[in-house]
Parts: sequence; structure tokens; C-alpha cells
Amino acid sequence: MSQRDRSFRVEAIVLKHTEFGEADRILSLYTRERGKLRAMVKGARKVRSRKAGHVEPFTLVTLQLAKGRNWYIVTQAEAKNTHQALREDLESIGYAAYIAELLDKFTYDEGHEHNAIYPLLVKTFDRLNRDIDPQITVRYYEIQMLDLLGFRPELQTCVVSDDEIIAQDQFFSVSLGGVVSPEHGKNLPGTTPISVQALKYLRFFQRSRFQDALIANISPEIHRELEVLMQHYVTYQLERGLNSPAFLRRVRHQKENAKNSPD
Amino acid sequence: MLIPEPVQKLIDGFSRLPGVGPKTASRLTFYLLRGSEDLADDLSEALSSLKENTGFCEQCFNITTADRKLCEICTHPERDQEIICVVEEPLDVIALERTGGFHGLYHVLDGVLSPIEGVSPDDLKIKELIDRIKGSEIKEIILATNPSMEGDATAMFIRPQLESEGVQVTRLARGLPVGGDLEYADQNTLLRALAGRQNMG
Repeated sequence: MSQRDRSFRVEAIVLKHTEFGEADRILSLYTRERGKLRAMVKGARKVRSRKAGHVEPFTLVTLQLAKGRNWYIVTQAEAKNTHQALREDLESIGYAAYIAELLDKFTYDEGHEHNAIYPLLVKTFDRLNRDIDPQITVRYYEIQMLDLLGFRPELQTCVVSDDEIIAQDQFFSVSLGGVVSPEHGKNLPGTTPISVQALKYLRFFQRSRFQDALIANISPEIHRELEVLMQHYVTYQLERGLNSPAFLRRVRHQKENAKNSPD
Repeated sequence: MLIPEPVQKLIDGFSRLPGVGPKTASRLTFYLLRGSEDLADDLSEALSSLKENTGFCEQCFNITTADRKLCEICTHPERDQEIICVVEEPLDVIALERTGGFHGLYHVLDGVLSPIEGVSPDDLKIKELIDRIKGSEIKEIILATNPSMEGDATAMFIRPQLESEGVQVTRLARGLPVGGDLEYADQNTLLRALAGRQNMG
């Protein structure tokens, strides 16, 4: 085993942590250097742990890892950005959890390195932390991430007939992975309608830089339509459900209730 | 068969415990096999009565003996009935009790919210907490969930519901641990320690 493999430095975002053994934690990391990997932080649940505060979920951190028998072991950790602002709002926590869960479920440990994903992930967390239009931030991340991982939905031509999609309300098929023209979609089982505006925004996010995507002025109804559609799509591709959307719904519900109450 | 079935059965049983691998499981099993009768008897008795003779307090959801509705803390006449400390697990109650510095009541949530693992508010004893303080004499609730992303999220989720019931809501202070080292502290801990600094003496 070469020295490089025995101990190495990575920059990573902590996607999630799980408790392990007496006082340890296993981190699920997305690293700049090696894609996704898991690492153990020994004693992370002890009050005097030198690393615990640096490796909370959603933290951007520099880590020194050593190869152990079963796990990579974190030997040093220094947080570069703890994204404290997003931790102080439940809805932001929900969005961050969704971003982390999506990537965690779509990638494999030490699978292929996707060099472009890491910067997208880091920027997305930074945008959430600075509270830059979280809904657009999340939709943009979703579309771009799917693209990078090879799950890009087809939005330009009908997935049944290959005809060019024209500007009108269409259908969307998660199993065929894209838009179906009204002519072919209305009798096809398993399709859902998609409004022309929703489709327009998805196509816009697919081809634009984030700065341009921010210009989009999306109504709450279309946001809801996009969210439902994309969640349906990713759930189909993953063949399993995600946990964080339920949390987000719950938190939003509580927020709405608070707004509507007399005080 | 290399290992007789009763022995193998116990090994399998041990190895289902957290932190116990097949080697440790075999070692424990053979220790019991060689050890005195008493040891094995006591252990089996303790095990069989564990589930049977324990229950949860109907008020605070801490573990207690099966024959009582309310736990010892909830029924203790000298505990302050106006303050509740909300914790994640029964073990947290033990840790706080060991300090001897808290004389109020507890409420065990039985977990912590986790957006990624899918632990929702309905899985925890949150509704029970709100119901408990409604129309009671409780004045202060200390949210003592862990200072982690999940613990903080849980505290944030509960807080507005408690405040609308008109109780004071506090959170455990955070800062530097005894014997800690500034050099290794993360930014958040240091910031909080600075913000929460106190006059000496």
C-alpha cells in the first residue's frame, strides 16, 4: 500500500452521520478528491471530542483520513464553513437535508468520481446558507445533479415520438424519463400533466448558469408543481422514497400555522 | 457439529448486541459455561425480568418499574413541579441526575428529529409534552436535547409550540468543555463561548 493510500487529505461536505459503537460516529462524506466515502470519527459523541464540532452534517470541512481495517478513520478535522445560518432555520435544515439525502442516495461509496458535482454541492450549501432563493437553489441543484449523474430528464423532444416539444401544456412520464406530447401522452398510463410554465423553467434551469436561473420569477403554484414533479421523478429513478421531503412539508405546515394564528 | 447447539445459540444471541463481534460473543459464552452456576442464573434471571418488570412512566416517559404508573422522580414530593427538562433518552436523565444540580421534572422524547433518517415529530413524545403542560403549573421548559444538528432542529421545532402555551423556554448553554482546548474548538463553539462569557467570581 502506498503512502498516498494510507493517509490522505480531503475536502468534503458532511452529508450525514450515524452513531456507531460506544461513542463513535460514521460520516457519509462527499469529497472533492474521491467522491463519496464513509469515515469513522472515534469518540465523536464525547463532550471533549476535538473533532465533533467540525464534522456536524452540512459542514464544509478539511479532513485527514487514514485507512483503517474496515473504515477510513478521521485523524484530523477542521471546519472551513459550518453553514451556521442555515442551521438556525428549520426550513433551511429541511432543504439542506434534501440536498444531502439526494446525493447520498444517488451515489455509491467510492464510486466514480464526479468532479463537477463537488463544486455544485459546495455552492448549493453556500447559497442556502446565505438564503439566496432556497426554492430555486434546490430545483437548480436537482436538475444539474441529475444531469451530471446521467439521469437528465428529456425536456426537448417527446420521449414517445421524438417530435420537438412545442410551447403548450404537456405530459411527463417518469418511467420514460421525460416529456410526452399531448397527442401521445393523454392515453399513456403513468403520465402526469406538466404545465408549459413548469416545463419552461425546468428547461431554463437545465441550460442556464445559476446567476441567470435566479431571474426566474416563479409563482407559488408552479413551485409546488415543480417540486411534486421532481420528487416523483427522483423517487422513480432511485426506486425508493426520500425521507427529507416529509420533514420539509411538516416544517412548512408549522410555519403556515404560526403565520395564521392571531398573535 | 463443532459447537453444540445451546452454546451456538448463546453466541448468536450475544453477537446481536451492539458493539459485540463474533469473537467477543464466543468469549463471553465460554466464560459463562466455565463460570459458577450463580453467574449464569443471575444473568438469566435479570434478562428475563428486564422487559417484564420495566415500563415507561406515563407522565415523563422515563423508564421505571412495571408496577408503577409514574416514575420515582415524577412522584417525589420535593421535586420542583414548575420546571421540566426535556431530554432525548433515559440515559440523559441519568447523566443530569448524577450532577445533583437539577431538582425539577423530566420529559423523555424517546429520540430526536432526523430529516434524513426520517424520524418525524410524530415518532417522538412531543404531543405528549404539549398536552402535559396545558393547564399545568409549569413555568419553564429546559430544552436539553444534544447540541447537534438533530438536537437543535428538535429544539427549534418544539419551541414555538411551547411558547404559545405561555411557558418560558430555555436551552442548555454551550461552550468549552472542562479540560478542553481552545485550539481545537470549532468556530461555533468558540463563538457561543464568547457570547456567553460571564463575570468572574
